[in-house]
Amino acid sequence: MPEEKKLFKVTIDNITVEVEPGTTILNAARKIGGEVAPPAMCYYSKLQGSGGKCRTCLVEVAAGSTADPRPMPKLVASCRTNVMDGMVVKNITSEKVLDARAGVVEFLLINHPLDCPICDQAGECHLQDLSYEHGKEGTRYDFKRRTFEKHTLGPYIQLHMTRCILCYRCVFTADQLTEKRVHGVLDRGDHAEIATYIEKSLDNDFIGNVIDVCPVGALTDKTFRFKNRVWFTKPVDAHRNCSKCCGRTQLWLRGDEVLRVTARKDEWGEIQNTPEGKTGWICNECRFEKKHLSDWTIEGPSLINRHSVIAQGHYVGVQKPREVFSKLMHGQKPKLLMDIHTVSEVNKPNIDLSALPGPATSEVFDSKE
Amino acid sequence: MSKKLLLEKAHVEGIRTYDVYRREGGYRSVEKALKTMSPDQITEEVKKSGLRGRGGAGFPTGLKWSFLAKPAGVPRYLVCNSDESEPGTFKDRYLMEFIPHLLVEGLIVSSFALGSNRTFIYIRGEYAWIVDILEQAIEEAKANGWLGKNILGSGFDCEIYVQRGAGAYICGEETALIESLEGKRGNPRIKPPFPAVKGVWDSPTVVNNVETIAAVVPIINIGAEEYLKIGVGKSTGTKLISACGNINKPGVYEIDMTISVEEFIYSDEYCGGIPNGKKLKACIPGGSSVPILPTNLLLKTAKGETRYMNYESLSDGGFATGSMMGSGGFIVFDEDQCVVRHTLTLARFYRHESCGQCSPCREGTGWMEKILKNIEYGKGKMSDIDLLWDIQRKIEGNTICPLGDAAAWPVAAAIRHFRDEFEWHVNNPDECQKRNYGLAHYADPRPLAVPA
Ligand code: SF4
Ligand code: FES
Repeated sequence: MPEEKKLFKVTIDNITVEVEPGTTILNAARKIGGEVAPPAMCYYSKLQGSGGKCRTCLVEVAAGSTADPRPMPKLVASCRTNVMDGMVVKNITSEKVLDARAGVVEFLLINHPLDCPICDQAGECHLQDLSYEHGKEGTRYDFKRRTFEKHTLGPYIQLHMTRCILCYRCVFTADQLTEKRVHGVLDRGDHAEIATYIEKSLDNDFIGNVIDVCPVGALTDKTFRFKNRVWFTKPVDAHRNCSKCCGRTQLWLRGDEVLRVTARKDEWGEIQNTPEGKTGWICNECRFEKKHLSDWTIEGPSLINRHSVIAQGHYVGVQKPREVFSKLMHGQKPKLLMDIHTVSEVNKPNIDLSALPGPATSEVFDSKE
Repeated sequence: MSKKLLLEKAHVEGIRTYDVYRREGGYRSVEKALKTMSPDQITEEVKKSGLRGRGGAGFPTGLKWSFLAKPAGVPRYLVCNSDESEPGTFKDRYLMEFIPHLLVEGLIVSSFALGSNRTFIYIRGEYAWIVDILEQAIEEAKANGWLGKNILGSGFDCEIYVQRGAGAYICGEETALIESLEGKRGNPRIKPPFPAVKGVWDSPTVVNNVETIAAVVPIINIGAEEYLKIGVGKSTGTKLISACGNINKPGVYEIDMTISVEEFIYSDEYCGGIPNGKKLKACIPGGSSVPILPTNLLLKTAKGETRYMNYESLSDGGFATGSMMGSGGFIVFDEDQCVVRHTLTLARFYRHESCGQCSPCREGTGWMEKILKNIEYGKGKMSDIDLLWDIQRKIEGNTICPLGDAAAWPVAAAIRHFRDEFEWHVNNPDECQKRNYGLAHYADPRPLAVPA
């Protein structure tokens, strides 16, 4: 019999779970799921050394362990603090945590441009979700917001530094996924920026993944920029045989057009693992060059969390209103339809416009044919 | 005259050179330690002496040394933190500049105690000329057999290297210092792991302040027993204070922590009083990040007792009515100084020095600076004062490293004790551009807190 590993019991928001030693509080909370899992803007389980920076995941440790039940004096970053046996953690049950977290959200937003209406990330932006779920209404900041010069990062990747929250994920990605990192953090404090030292394009087979790890719209896909709002596109899981990467992707379609290719994401917004247990990073070729349906084998519609705005586009089992025009027009397909009966005698006897349904209501969609 | 242990010989002609330093009794502690003591005995002695870190936090040095992990086959490192960048603090510079061999001597003994064969002095970039002084001292020590292989036949090898920083305040934080020493961007690390387990190049590391290391020399020379007798309570030995601001005699003083704050400011032996017959308004006793105190709380505690220049007395009353010994950067303000303006200056400093890794510090420091600027220039609102309070509260304790606290505390203390002055700025937007609030009631005796 294999030796049984001793598991640690940890209680988060009054729910107890057992996890392996070495698990962080955040990952233990993710096992419970739902609201108990603290929001994470910088931690990325697939990137070594990430986390600890944004401070959105702060939690209160009410008891350190069974052996030493003293509380921890300060809130701790749950993404970088390991559980101990018998630890008691308070996340949403702690006033202190909620207060500090609202503070962090406010800090992250004071210099953010809030340009969601023109930002490609809108709809799948973690900062939007974070502020919606943990922020306060309004702002107390009435100064000019910080802006940055735009940097060119080559033909595929757009860096919009003004939106960056300095999570360092893209830096870790380049460090850990590519042979040579050419971008990083320059300067410091509130004027620190992600950049290449001298204008340089990021070109490396896997560098496109920085777009997927970026929680905000600071790094976006140039081949998709301004093409469509994500919630109007239709995500499907697809794959192809790729010699460089796992080839497992998500295509974002409009009709038969492949507008965008990304890696597949899990419920925490991180890139999914492949069935072999590896992180499903995808290569630049799959991401930027394969924009034809014929390049891909479609597996089917992607599962989208029903709370996501992207889920508002239903594409399976959609109820469409009955189409009556062509019947009414005796098989013709009108380009333009106007009621000119009061001024014209044309077609008067043949076409009965009252057979047209009125404006669509929810009932129209509900009524099954 | 209080007893001097560190600066006693600082003014002997030529003390910077090895020959004079040795003639005056230098390097005796190395002989004693390497020939008659074991590394553990030295650590024990330092523990017994009650020496507390002189960089600011005041953590017991011996205890810190005993935390050092000692896995077999892994090198250990001692790093001397010479990144002295806290505004108002310049004691380490004085020590390194005038009596560099004392630091080298302390480093050899401490390296022996900790088993560090390669020891580093990380010095702030602005102290460029001191690098030469230190390197010369190291050179001389080596030429005379105090460094190198098999020192004094003890089998202990040690080299000391000086590494210059590029002049960032944050690199005084020990893990940022380590990153910078490794040649990386000076970002504080996320702890744990602590340097005692994983420091320089992932090896166990102790980072100590210059003055702390120097203090090891007298501890070994006179023994912990004698060292303990100087000072009071948990404030043992002597402390270097760098005094500046509105005083007659700014400079570095070595005190034995038994004198009162009043004596330190007014006696001729130390600061020599306030120039031009002005009155004392406020003081930051331990470097820019510790709470500022108005005169009435500086000279007497909330209980009405005399405040002394030592760790316990300065922090008596907690942050509500006390301050901290900190790094010993003693900044004095006379009645003509404006607390709002001064707080703005500090806020600007911390904003500029924030590393930018964590959101509360990166964004919060800039925000505070902007609001303070408005208040100082007569554009503030009453609600700004509460907003400032709320911002500092949301930074404090929520950041990766202590810089967040260091930025929050001065703002908190200024509002706590000088709220009237902030309100006066808001209510008198024009007048505050022409004159300062002045002394007001800040030196009036405080009503004693009635025990419940
Ligand atoms: S660009 Fe995006 S991924 Fe990179 S640090 Fe900024 S927010 Fe994070
Ligand atoms: S997710 Fe833990 S600090 Fe950012």
